[in-house]
Amino acid sequence: MIRETPAELYERLVLGRYIIRRLLQAIPVLLGATLLIYAVVFALPGDPIASMYGEKRMDPDIVAIVREQYHLNDPFIVQYWYYISGVFQGNLGITFSNVPVSEIIAGKFQVTLNLAFTALVMEAVIGVGLGFYAALRRGRAQDTMILASTLVLISIPTLVTGFVLQLVLGVKLKQSTGIEVFPIAGVSDGWRSYLLPAFVLAGTSIAYLTRLTRTSLAEILRADYIRTAVAKGMPRRRVVGRHALRNALIPLVTYLGADLGTLMGGAVITETIFNLPGIGQELFRSVYERQQPVVVGIVTLLVLVYILANLIVDLLYAVLDPRIRYE
Amino acid sequence: MSDTVTPRSRRARHAKSPLRSPGGPSRGGPAAGTAGRPASLWNDAWHDLRRRPLFIAAAVLIGVILLMAAVPQLFTSVDPYDATSCRLGDARQAPSAAHWFGTDNQGCDTLARTVYGARNSLLVGLSTTVVTVLVGGLLGLVAGFRGGLPDALLSRVTEIFFAIPSVLGALLILAVFRTGTVWTVMLALAVLAWPMTFRIMRAAVITAKGQDYVVAARALGASGRRLMFRHILPNAITSVIVVATVNLGVFIAAEAGLSFLGVGIQSPEISWGLMIADARPRFLEAASPLLFPAAFLSLTVLAFIMLGDAVRDALDPKLR
Repeated sequence: MIRETPAELYERLVLGRYIIRRLLQAIPVLLGATLLIYAVVFALPGDPIASMYGEKRMDPDIVAIVREQYHLNDPFIVQYWYYISGVFQGNLGITFSNVPVSEIIAGKFQVTLNLAFTALVMEAVIGVGLGFYAALRRGRAQDTMILASTLVLISIPTLVTGFVLQLVLGVKLKQSTGIEVFPIAGVSDGWRSYLLPAFVLAGTSIAYLTRLTRTSLAEILRADYIRTAVAKGMPRRRVVGRHALRNALIPLVTYLGADLGTLMGGAVITETIFNLPGIGQELFRSVYERQQPVVVGIVTLLVLVYILANLIVDLLYAVLDPRIRYE
Repeated sequence: MSDTVTPRSRRARHAKSPLRSPGGPSRGGPAAGTAGRPASLWNDAWHDLRRRPLFIAAAVLIGVILLMAAVPQLFTSVDPYDATSCRLGDARQAPSAAHWFGTDNQGCDTLARTVYGARNSLLVGLSTTVVTVLVGGLLGLVAGFRGGLPDALLSRVTEIFFAIPSVLGALLILAVFRTGTVWTVMLALAVLAWPMTFRIMRAAVITAKGQDYVVAARALGASGRRLMFRHILPNAITSVIVVATVNLGVFIAAEAGLSFLGVGIQSPEISWGLMIADARPRFLEAASPLLFPAAFLSLTVLAFIMLGDAVRDALDPKLR
């Protein structure tokens, strides 16, 4: 085993302490967000036990037992306490039909995660690529065209791109070629099912990231050290690739990290259009079935995704820019 | 707005104008047209804006949409709120001379419904923007200016709001109300959107607070309130206005999304999102009842985002 140098050991300890501190700082955010969601869910109209029984007449004794079992007679803050202490033990609770929430969510969460990750990859590839190209051609026709198309892409709501692409790429293309290039509903075609919905979901983000890449890179290309590198006679490819791009990446990574949560939380419309059984649809159904534990569970998970993604972004900063130290 | 500008802060803004000439295309000097009078940021921006094709296009589009929302009768003779105007026998007709945009699943005229739908979209967009700018802006101003405990508290609270996914959050809030109206949709969107305005305002105020002209005004004995509203606010508000303009479009898109999901504006009220949801089941046979409201929705959002872009370029060329 290779012995660590004292400097490496110190580095590792500092990093460890930084991660622990960041996780501790995230606790108030998690508590606050879940408390807010819990309060909203608590205020949802309708009684969960009554909706479970439907039209049947309820035996008051059984109702009393069930209400006791789910702590429904306790005040709001006590119910919240039961819930959140479960969350910290890795338990998202059970539904009113006695199924663990984690069991219900797991599969749905996977679908949304696949969708959001595919979207994130598309976003990174297309957005950074286009922005990079535009920055190098700044002020020329290609740049203007890319800027104009980002404007259009930002403006068209998911709702519209979803249906239009479904019609054009899903239905018409299949009619004219006979091959189903992009499946338009469900997840039965494996990863191909996610292509079209992911593009729709990523649309606005692609445009924002293109603009961000363009601005970020264009600014750095004007920096003194770039001029120095060019003056030294360094090949343009190396100047742009090694010196400019790496420094331009920091705002892009920040954007991508924050966007994962946004994509997952915003996927509900895309999931509805393309019939993907993800958490957005599950949340929607749970709200109407008064399955409060599922609703809170989904939002809690998304808050966790948001917190973790931001932590990873912060840790990536040091990889991208060695000057950044964790204090 | 320019009346509230004091000589002191105006001087500070003048420091910005040299930046404008190398950055932007030279479409006339910044003070062109206001000879003799020192140009304020707003005069300056207005002169710049009037020459931008992006701004003119956005303004024309927004003008038409506003007119549609105010007097839809100008654009169609059919009253879509009158149930007798729809004939089920005419359902899903292709666009024709009688029905320019065709008819929907209920045999209602798509043109009339699309035109009347503008009002609810704009109401949601405008009211949400006003509320978020007022709430987020005022809190941001106070937090940024005073600092200390109120700032720390408010910043922690906004962090919590940022962690909540906005579409799902809005969906939940609307589910509490049972019936969606323009006002509940506005409330749901505003509750989740004000932290963004707060952050932008707070950051802008903190930057402005350290500027020489504010320090000078403070040294001359200006009161806290005067510093805040006379010196800092007029400078800090620009970035809020830019974001608010873009957000107006985003709110309109969000309303359509929520109405599409069935938690936003409810029938018999007309909303573009609702029209899209209604047309969806027979979308593959008759696309026009879906595509026309979709196109109007996109154009409206586009108009406000273009306006935001143009205003940003005019107010601060550095941001480009």
